[in-house]
Parts: sequence; C-alpha cells; structure tokens
Amino acid sequence: MFKHLAASIRGVGHRTIEGIWQLGHATRFFLLVLLKSGTSFRRFGLVIRELYYVGVLSLIIIVVSGLFVGMVLGLQGYETLQKYGSESAVGTLVALSLVRELGPVVAALLFASRAGSAITAEIGLMKATEQLAAMGMMAVDPVARVVAPRFWAGVISMPFLAAIFSVMGVLGGYLVAVVFIGVDAGSFWSQMQSNVDFRIDILNGFIKSCFFGVAVTAIAVFEGYDSPPTAEGVSGATTRTVVTSSLVILGLDFILTAFMFRGI
Amino acid sequence: MTSETLVEISDLNFSYDARPILKGINMTMKRGQLIAIMGGSGSGKTTLLRLIGGEVMPTSGYAKVSGQIVHELDRDALFEIRRKMGMLFQFGALFTDLSVFDNVAFQMREHTDLPESMIRDLVLMKLHAVGLRGAHHLMPAELSGGMARRVALARSIALDPMLMMYDEPFTGLDPISLSVIGSLIRRMTDTLGMTSVIVTHDVQESLKIVDYVYFIADGVIAAHGTPAEVRNSVAPFVHQFVHGEVDGPVPFHYPAQSYHRDLNLEKALV
Repeated sequence: MFKHLAASIRGVGHRTIEGIWQLGHATRFFLLVLLKSGTSFRRFGLVIRELYYVGVLSLIIIVVSGLFVGMVLGLQGYETLQKYGSESAVGTLVALSLVRELGPVVAALLFASRAGSAITAEIGLMKATEQLAAMGMMAVDPVARVVAPRFWAGVISMPFLAAIFSVMGVLGGYLVAVVFIGVDAGSFWSQMQSNVDFRIDILNGFIKSCFFGVAVTAIAVFEGYDSPPTAEGVSGATTRTVVTSSLVILGLDFILTAFMFRGI
Repeated sequence: MTSETLVEISDLNFSYDARPILKGINMTMKRGQLIAIMGGSGSGKTTLLRLIGGEVMPTSGYAKVSGQIVHELDRDALFEIRRKMGMLFQFGALFTDLSVFDNVAFQMREHTDLPESMIRDLVLMKLHAVGLRGAHHLMPAELSGGMARRVALARSIALDPMLMMYDEPFTGLDPISLSVIGSLIRRMTDTLGMTSVIVTHDVQESLKIVDYVYFIADGVIAAHGTPAEVRNSVAPFVHQFVHGEVDGPVPFHYPAQSYHRDLNLEKALV
C-alpha cells in the first residue's frame, strides 16, 4: 500500500519535473528561433515560399468554414432575435461574434489542424530522414533555414486567415439572413456598421489572431524539431501539436478576452 | 601532427548514456589518402564519422581536423570548418522539397555568390560525374534508392571539400554504378588531393580502391593495414570479416540466453 503510494507520488514528481524541463527547453528553442530569424528577413523569399504552403493552402478550409459558421450564426441569430422583434440586429450579432471571438479562435483551431500539423510533420520527417543533419553538415543552420521561415510564415498568415474567416462569415450570415430569410439588407449593414467598433472589436480580434499565430506556429515548429526521429515519434508530435495548440488557443482566448473586453 | 595529416583522432571515447560505443580510438588520416573503416553493424563506424564532423561530442579524447579540435570549436568556427567537409549520409538525406538540380546547387547557393549560369554548369558537371545529368529535373521521390544515393554523392562533392566522409556509399547500387562510383571516389581523392573516409561493409569493392583499412569491433580498432596486408592477414577477425565466414570471433547473434530455454525445450531434452 505504502509502496504504491510512494510510487504514485514519485511518478507525479517525475512527470512534473519532466514537464517543467520540457517547457524550459521549448522556451529556449523559441528564443533561438527569434535569434536566428535574421536569415528569414534578409532572404524573404524563403518566408514567401512558406506563406504559400502555410497560408494560401489553408484558404480553402478557412473560406468554407467561415461561410458555414456565418450561415449558422445568421440562422440561429435570426431565430432568437425574432422572438424579441430585433431581427434587424442579426448583422450586428454575426459580425461581433465573428470579429471578437469566432474569427480568431475557429480560424486558429483550423490553422493548427491544417497548417500546424503539416509544419510539425514536415520538420519531424526532415529530422527522421537526416535532412536537418545533412543541412547542418553543409554548414547551413537548420533553425535559420528551415524553422524560422516557417515560423514567420505562420505568424504572418494567421491574422489574414482570421480576417478572411470573419469576412466569409459575415457574407454567410448575409446570405442566410438577407437573401434566404428576407431581413432588410439596409438594416443588416447599417446596424453592423454602427455597432461594430474598429478599435474595440476589430483591432482586438486582430491582436488575438496575432497571439494565436505565434502560439500555434511556435508549438508546431518545436514539436517537429523535438520529435523522436521515428514514424511513431513524428505521428505523436503531430498529434501533440494539434492538441496542445487547441488548448493553448482556448486558454489564451480567455486571458486575452478578460484583458481586452473586461479591462482586467 | 604532421603537416600532411588532415585528421587526427586521439584516445577517442564515446558513450550513449552509459553504453560505451567507441573506446580509445586512435587514427591518423593524411591528405590525399582514401581510408576505409569497416566493422559489424552497430560497431560505431557511423558514430566515428559524426564525431569527426562535430555532430556529436566525445566523452573523452578528441578528433582534430586541419589542426583544430572539432568538439572545442564554437558554432561559427564549426560551420567554417564544415564548409570544407562533405558527407554522404547512409540514406542520402536529399531535401525532398527540392529537385535533383536544386539539391546539388544547394551549397553553392548558400555559401557562394556564383552567378546562376555558372551554378547550372557546375551542377550539371557534378551530376554528369555520377551519371545522372539527365535526371536533373526529377524530384527525390521519383528516384530509385541507388539514384538517390548518387545524387547525394553529387551534392556532397558540390564544393570540392578537403575532407569527404562516405557512410555506406555502395549500398543499393547495381554492379555498374558500384564500380563507377568506386572509381569516382578514388579519382576525386587523387585529383583534388582530398582525404576520403569510407564507412562500408563492401569489403571487396573497397579493398580495390582504398589506401588503408581500419576494422572496428566492440568499440576498439581490432585491426588495421593496407589492402594487401588485410587480404593476406591470418588474424581471425580480419579473416572472418574479409571472407564473410560465419564462424569466428565476431558473433552473428546478439547476446541472449540459451535458445532451448527461450523455446522452453530444456525439459524435453532432459
């Protein structure tokens, strides 16, 4: 009994120490990526190439998801608001939900699943097939040449993808509320225009998406670079990227929302 | 260390955790020399190349390249010396997102300011040397294993290094390619005056081209000598390895308990 208890406590202690060590390791790696980012800006072509893979290829999932989320918001919003005779406010509801929360958060979750996992798998496989070691042996720093351009491409892409998600969501809401249900188009747009504030709503949403971009891409590149060089190791790292990124996005969203909209 | 010596390895020890891989290795490699390192699988041959390249740190002792102790160099100095080294990895390690041409051009674009027209000519010359000039537009996924290794060879010699390390250069090559690549390695060593180190299991092919052979077993140098000395050696280890014999000092089986006990046949035998 006592032995089991001692073993459990040891296990918890061991996992805690391991977790703290890993966090420190990740922080050091993140700082190293920032330190080695000079190449990414001197040779911006490297970042542009990654922008295509990370950003442009994520567009389809962002556009389609944004459209459907906006359509659902329009439908649900109309159903609820019409009970109070406020169906003309559906444009405001759709826009605020999207630019403040759903745009940055859902786009970041999709980005983590689509681009984050791809970044981790690519870097992990490059490590497993000794491509990173070969690069190092050629006196080319893999952190500067491979990791940093992917990191900055992710950081730059995320706010644009979140903005596109919100725009598509508003269009989806318009399609359902105005085109299909028949809400007045003038009310839809004018209510939205008067109730959505650029600084409080749009800018804060943009700042959120920047934070999410840094968090998701930093996790993705770290997990890829740190993954054991085996098929199982890369697969585990890819899963960890999606799970950790999703939890970090939701946690960060709460903290940022508390600061931005409640003034804590 | 004489001026002729490019690589000097002195009392080199290396362990993974507590498991010793290399124990007290001493070697000298001169400029223009082609050296083979042979030994059974897992004997630490590849690790030795990684120690020379500064990819891993020794537990004790040192590897000196061009008079500099590799593991004591800072990152910039290490990268500076690596520019003069080339390494052919065991599985090629081609960059899968780049074409054959771009793989070979990679170092030229990273480390030189050569105009693109000159890079094109140099890349085609390197690819011609390994017989793959016509494959310059292909992606690594479109190559066979042997072709990928030949491209990797062309990439590793792109900047004519002073020290070339080949990890299993003959694996997966057909007999014609094997012979051509063997001759190419010898010719490059002679014409460029580079030092070449080959880690290989291909005893017969390597004995045709190398100047000196080291055999590693159990982490130590079990034997060494010129190809003629190796061929005529009566040392049990060398004889077994060169002639591929099952019986001898090198065990084929990984240490294990009795076969009968593993199969629960002991009672039946009693």
